[in-house]
Amino acid sequence: MRMRRSIWFWLQLGFTLAVCAFLIVPIVLSMLAGITQNYFIGLSSGFTLKWVIKVWTDYQAPVLLSIQLAVACLACNLLLGIPAAYVLAKRQNAFTRAIEELLVMPVAVPGIATALALIVTYGSLGGFRTHWTFILAGHVLFTLPFMVRSVLAVMMSIDLTTLEEGARSLGANFIQRFFGVILPNCRAGIIAGALMVVTLSLGEFNMTLLLHTPLTQTLPVGLADTYASLRLEVGSAYTLVFFVIIIPLLVAMQWASNAASRARSL
Amino acid sequence: MRERSLLTLLMLPAAIVFAAFFLLPLAQLVVIGGSGKLGWAAYAEVFSGTHYLKSFGQTIALSVAVTLFTLVVSGIAGVFLERNRFPGHSVLTAMLTLPLAFPGVVIGFMVIMLAGRQGLIPDITDMLVGERLVFAYSMAGLFMGYVYFSIPRTILTVMAAAEKLDPRLEEAARSLGAGPVRVVRDVMLPALKPALLAAGAICFATSMGAFGTAFTLATRINVVPMVIYTEFTLQANVAMAAALSFVLGAITWAALAFARSLTGSSVAAAG
Repeated sequence: MRMRRSIWFWLQLGFTLAVCAFLIVPIVLSMLAGITQNYFIGLSSGFTLKWVIKVWTDYQAPVLLSIQLAVACLACNLLLGIPAAYVLAKRQNAFTRAIEELLVMPVAVPGIATALALIVTYGSLGGFRTHWTFILAGHVLFTLPFMVRSVLAVMMSIDLTTLEEGARSLGANFIQRFFGVILPNCRAGIIAGALMVVTLSLGEFNMTLLLHTPLTQTLPVGLADTYASLRLEVGSAYTLVFFVIIIPLLVAMQWASNAASRARSL
Repeated sequence: MRERSLLTLLMLPAAIVFAAFFLLPLAQLVVIGGSGKLGWAAYAEVFSGTHYLKSFGQTIALSVAVTLFTLVVSGIAGVFLERNRFPGHSVLTAMLTLPLAFPGVVIGFMVIMLAGRQGLIPDITDMLVGERLVFAYSMAGLFMGYVYFSIPRTILTVMAAAEKLDPRLEEAARSLGAGPVRVVRDVMLPALKPALLAAGAICFATSMGAFGTAFTLATRINVVPMVIYTEFTLQANVAMAAALSFVLGAITWAALAFARSLTGSSVAAAG
């Protein structure tokens, strides 16, 4: 290891810091704009919470609907994704690889195309089209691969067969093995997958813009609405509300992935 | 045999939901695409109609430019972060990967904060040259947004790949008299190539399909997802929108299949 830093080190550090500024500065600016009296005049116009309060009174319903969607989406992912990942981990052959490939397709195909496909197929079912579960269907499709892959990765890194054989030899039936042995051992993957699912569902826009109806507006659709029609402070305040919800999730996600990679390297 | 039926039973819920809400709708989309007033010629129209062809050309050119730029930027930053440890290293890494799952609409707004009418960059150019350089609502703004979106994920991929590089190979090259440029070109780039290709393919596919950013910037730039949206909502031309969606989906899927064949992993969030 060289102890003295070379000129290359400082050049690269400067470059990396510039990239970081590019990513972080607009986040900070928009947060500040959300609590500034008049952003056109600048921060000297003083700070206020009136924009945040306005957003909260006008857009409470979309925020709550998005949280409801994210929770429901997570529940569906746990019910559908974990058993699916288990099957994929147990059977590694051309058929299960094809299933895995298929499951990733909703992420590969642009959201607007999936949304259009859902509308041309189920759009005439009036009751379903206007119900929030119509959006949920899209969100589950889009997030399922993340849950499956996250859990599958952990299942592949532990010795599933030995664990199960051990439990079986002690007389545990499948239900006992699944909930008592398999799930606890996949905890890291489930947590990482769950955080990703909730984060993606809260922010999903590409599909939701077409899937939503005036009564089922979600947080990101509301965001686009304020960006297009209202003053910058209101858009910023709404973004601030979104950041307050999403940034803890993103930080938790980084923490979970660090913990998972530490666990793997042990 | 009992285990087999158990596994089938466990797969069934996901399979049913997937078939009902994805495979069936997708098949329906293909059929609808051929059921407009053009019939199946709608698919030919995607490639022969100058309006659509131009839109595909612009979107592909933009996505390629975003991909190349992102790879260079993330390649430098990613290798640097993996190779060097210094105070604040983990905070810097965390900040660079924070916007990983920001939705496209929010990224569009970030571009407005930087280069919009009341943005930071116009303020700076106003101070420097006395003119406000506003470019958020142009192709340059879209480029900036897609790069913003792609950097966090690409940096993560590069860092994971750089971890596996063997510094002794570079030492050997240097001791044989290779300069920094040659070490990067002949030793590091070949070793990073699979990761860079995979990350690039993901970056390309997400840029092709990204919609939220273009929607927020509300430009008259006809990227394909915007054209699909306009055909569907304003022109009520469901068949053409379906045909365009299918072709766009095929392109992005092919790009990601390419990425997966290189690394075995390519789950990416489209923005």
